[in-house]
Amino acid sequence: MADVVHTPAQLQPKSSAQLPPKPTKPVAFRGGGFAPRPIRHVAPLLFLVLLALAEAGTRTGVISNLTLPRPSAVAVTLYDLAASGALWQHLIPSLRRLGVGIALGLTAGVGLGVLIGLFSLIRAGLVPLVAALFPIPKIALLPLFVIWFGIDETSKYALIAFGTFTPMVVATYGAVDNVDRTLIRMGQSFGLGWWSIVMKIVLPGAFPAILSGMRVAIAIGIILLVAAEMLGAEYGIGAYILTAGSLYDLEKLFAGVSILSILGLILNFVISRIERATLDWR
Amino acid sequence: MQLELSAIGHAYGPVEVLADINLTVPAGRIVCLVGPSGCGKSTLLRIVGGLERPDRGEVLQAGDPPPGCLNPLTYVFQHFALLPWRTVEGNIRLVLEHHRLSVQERHEIVDDVLARTRLTDFRQAWPRQLSGGMRQRVALARALAVRPAVMLLDEPLSALDSQTRELLMDDLANLWTRAPFTAIYVTHNLDEAVRLGHRIVVLSRRPGRIRAILDIDTPICERARAGIELAARQAELWDMMRAEAEAADRELADG
Repeated sequence: MADVVHTPAQLQPKSSAQLPPKPTKPVAFRGGGFAPRPIRHVAPLLFLVLLALAEAGTRTGVISNLTLPRPSAVAVTLYDLAASGALWQHLIPSLRRLGVGIALGLTAGVGLGVLIGLFSLIRAGLVPLVAALFPIPKIALLPLFVIWFGIDETSKYALIAFGTFTPMVVATYGAVDNVDRTLIRMGQSFGLGWWSIVMKIVLPGAFPAILSGMRVAIAIGIILLVAAEMLGAEYGIGAYILTAGSLYDLEKLFAGVSILSILGLILNFVISRIERATLDWR
Repeated sequence: MQLELSAIGHAYGPVEVLADINLTVPAGRIVCLVGPSGCGKSTLLRIVGGLERPDRGEVLQAGDPPPGCLNPLTYVFQHFALLPWRTVEGNIRLVLEHHRLSVQERHEIVDDVLARTRLTDFRQAWPRQLSGGMRQRVALARALAVRPAVMLLDEPLSALDSQTRELLMDDLANLWTRAPFTAIYVTHNLDEAVRLGHRIVVLSRRPGRIRAILDIDTPICERARAGIELAARQAELWDMMRAEAEAADRELADG
């Protein structure tokens, strides 16, 4: 079969040498794109540009003071709030409500979600129930919680806990369902016990999806925190925003909203760090 | 330890996948199961390994597993089934953790199987960093760690490209030559069957029945060089299977 091998000289068909060369052009590139990649500094830059536009607009009068407060004035309000100590007066009760509520909601949600993922009977009973509870706007239940738990802290904890619980259940049992069944069969084929399979295969396999479910649940928790504090709270970021809003004090209102936004960013950052620390195998 | 399959039959609902399988797997031999796709060979392997209950018949083990055996019937999966969140070493340790072994013993087992599969340098690597061939070597090391009496290999090389497959066939042949093990090797690749099987069992298409049994006497370590002779056996096998494979190919899935 050696006669099939071409030497480079033979690769050019001889006939083409005699014909006039045909015009050539490069093949047009039509691939690429559809692959998002991280670009640094764009987000802060855009943020600063928007702030600068708002600042310039309000200073020149293009944007009236009733439409948007001056960003610098909001910053001064925030500074005053921190300097006077009032910031902590509002922030600490809010953080406590958020912390207790989210802790209760996430624990119950993950726990029940894992049980639904593992036991058919629990799944058959609870999945329709959770599906019925999921679309209820939990804010609508706040009056009910006030009747059940009183106007004080407990009803606020309950609202945040319940609101974070439902998305967490759904995310968790979805995560358990999506654990690769061949890994479980593998565990069984090596004689691992039920408990070992749950602890070493099911839970680690479900963990990434549970974490991303937590991201969503925490955001919902912050929304519900404000809602709960708008109804019957003396202190708290929500109460602060409500007071500012009813007085049309836009500087204070924006200061309060900024605090919430920063709070959300911080919690998101914490989850990202947990992801990076525990999911280095991906 | 020897395995005896007696009159095994199985159906998924109305679809009969296996019928009347009688087979002996002698100790220290590799038995290859070949057959067209969908003939129930993987189902049969799951039944042998106790992962599925047959509708009829039973699998008997004759004699006790050798002393020191931790998991008599041990699988190697087509898609490796490695835990992505454990390193190479962690994946091997997984199958030892629930056995009563001293720290020292565990360490020795891991070192030994890593050396036998030439993975010692990859101890701390994550599965995602490894090529398909290396992942299957890890799965082999994991299977060897529990000192199986019978290895159940479910299309172990089917997810690999043909060059890697060639390398792994050599590895398996060497492993067997150095320390003979008993194995049932399911494959649809006749090349693998004639390279690694002492006995080749040809299944018909659904419902899978034993159509023929072919013994190959050439020692496994010499087969890489016994090209012409093996090619003849392979052609013989293919003649037997061709019509079946063609018919199986044209079958509708929900038949």
